[in-house]
Amino acid sequence: MSNHTEIRWHGRGGQGAKTAALLLADVAFKTGKYVQGFPEYGPERMGAPITAYNRISDEQIRVHSNIYDPQYVVVVDESLLESVNVTSGLKKDGAILVNTQRSKEEIIPHLKGYEGKVYTIDAYKVSMETMGKYFPNTPLLAAIVKVAGIMDEEVFLKEMKASFEHKFASKPEVIDGNMKALEMALKEVR
Amino acid sequence: MAKRDRLSGNEAVAIALRQINPDVFPAFPITPSTEIPQYFASFVANGQVDTEFITVESEHSSMSAAIGAEAAGARSLTATSSCGLAYMWEELYIAASNRLPVALALVNRALSGPININCDHSDSMGARDSGWIQIYAENNQEAYDNMVQAYRIAEHKDVRLPIMICQDGFITSHAVENIELLEDEEVKKFVGEYEPENYLLNPECPMAVGPYSITDYYMEAKRNQAEGMKHVSGVVLDVAKEFAALSGREYGLFEEYCMEDAQRAVVIIGSAAGTTKDAIDKLRAQGEKVGMIKIRLFRPFPASEIAEALKDVKAVAIMDRAESYTNQGGPLGADVMAALFRARSEALAVNYIYGLGGRDVRVEDMEAVYETLKQIIEDGDAEETYRYMGIRE
Repeated sequence: MSNHTEIRWHGRGGQGAKTAALLLADVAFKTGKYVQGFPEYGPERMGAPITAYNRISDEQIRVHSNIYDPQYVVVVDESLLESVNVTSGLKKDGAILVNTQRSKEEIIPHLKGYEGKVYTIDAYKVSMETMGKYFPNTPLLAAIVKVAGIMDEEVFLKEMKASFEHKFASKPEVIDGNMKALEMALKEVR
Repeated sequence: MAKRDRLSGNEAVAIALRQINPDVFPAFPITPSTEIPQYFASFVANGQVDTEFITVESEHSSMSAAIGAEAAGARSLTATSSCGLAYMWEELYIAASNRLPVALALVNRALSGPININCDHSDSMGARDSGWIQIYAENNQEAYDNMVQAYRIAEHKDVRLPIMICQDGFITSHAVENIELLEDEEVKKFVGEYEPENYLLNPECPMAVGPYSITDYYMEAKRNQAEGMKHVSGVVLDVAKEFAALSGREYGLFEEYCMEDAQRAVVIIGSAAGTTKDAIDKLRAQGEKVGMIKIRLFRPFPASEIAEALKDVKAVAIMDRAESYTNQGGPLGADVMAALFRARSEALAVNYIYGLGGRDVRVEDMEAVYETLKQIIEDGDAEETYRYMGIRE
């Protein structure tokens, strides 16, 4: 990983793209990085396209603009491939990660000629098998950590466990499912 | 011992308030400041503070309740944004004229219309003549540090004026970034207990607050407010000095970035200052003599100090995140240009309106401003001094 990583998230209101960006900032912070995690706000409502951003760096981050030339793009909802220019400014030596049940070969023609690496994950499958409900952001968080090489997988899982134990202190029954989703996603991303 | 954390600007201010543990916090929610009372309400529910938290039905009432509490002798505050501040207008002047050191955590947002929830400074700039002290932040760290210093400034016996601690809506209020927090005990000790000299609940000294002022007295009352304002700069610097000893973080009336030998300068407020610093570093690496002044204290306005800091600059761009419809620029532009005029400055000055309604400010935008200043120096003429940045014509 270079010492300054920029990630852009595309999702739909209610899918947790903002939460995922904040969780990623959180876990990267724990490894000693400088971080930024922020959503782009508009008149959001369930289902409307939303954007969230991460900067992760070895140095203090002072810039407060949106991200136009990211190294990585995460597409939480593949229907956005048709309506939003998700590869806009995406660096060729970067990568795009798409949540889809389709194969990589089927996705590539929808990426407007993007020449960089393409990764996919079936977050629906991971989420349903591990949590019994569709929460795409947990599997995608693990997948982007792996794709962008943000930190060691073991460290990631350890930090996330601590974070879930804190976050879900009042409902510990969901911790296991979330942890399994992360572990499975690390294997399923391709 | 400083504690490293990562927090949004709203969380950071809420934590400062928990550490301060004020007496009374009346609140009414409005985006993007809602999280401040929301986090604070959980501190109240968890017994982490013993503040009287009052949910009211409007901002008119939240400021009225804060004023009433403060007049009674209680350290009070509220939080708001945009139209919420507009709805407090009448009360802002009452807090100031009664010399009540109420604090307001303001999360800057555009005023309607068109209706918009994103950042600009039109809300607080509109309130700049209300008699409140205004302090602005670049990021979550500064919002936190300014909140910790707020009551020391406002309650100082030579000042006794209300204080607005401003940060940029969403851009810093909702962005999670690294931050260093002080220990609870350190903040408590730094802020100290509030010991008002005159207050309604003092049976030893019955008094009236906010009575009618006949023409024969009104002007002297206003002049007294101005006298309080005159002491603010000195107190801000004294408090900042003590704060630096505690935290290691230094603050002034404004921050000078690469100004020592700068020929071109930007004067700016808020989060876009950080973006400007990145632009400066890029241009400095190419040998360009560019710098920036970031306003921290906007009211009262440190005019002579800013003119002094700009004395060797050939061209300056003053950046306003608010319109004032004078057909010649924004409120910061007016104040800086007046300061330059009185200092007999020969700098060529332009005033940009930028970032309204959350319009994004990129490093490239600020580089372009410096490029424009270069051209102005070459031409020896600023030509149109009232400009818009990043506008589609």
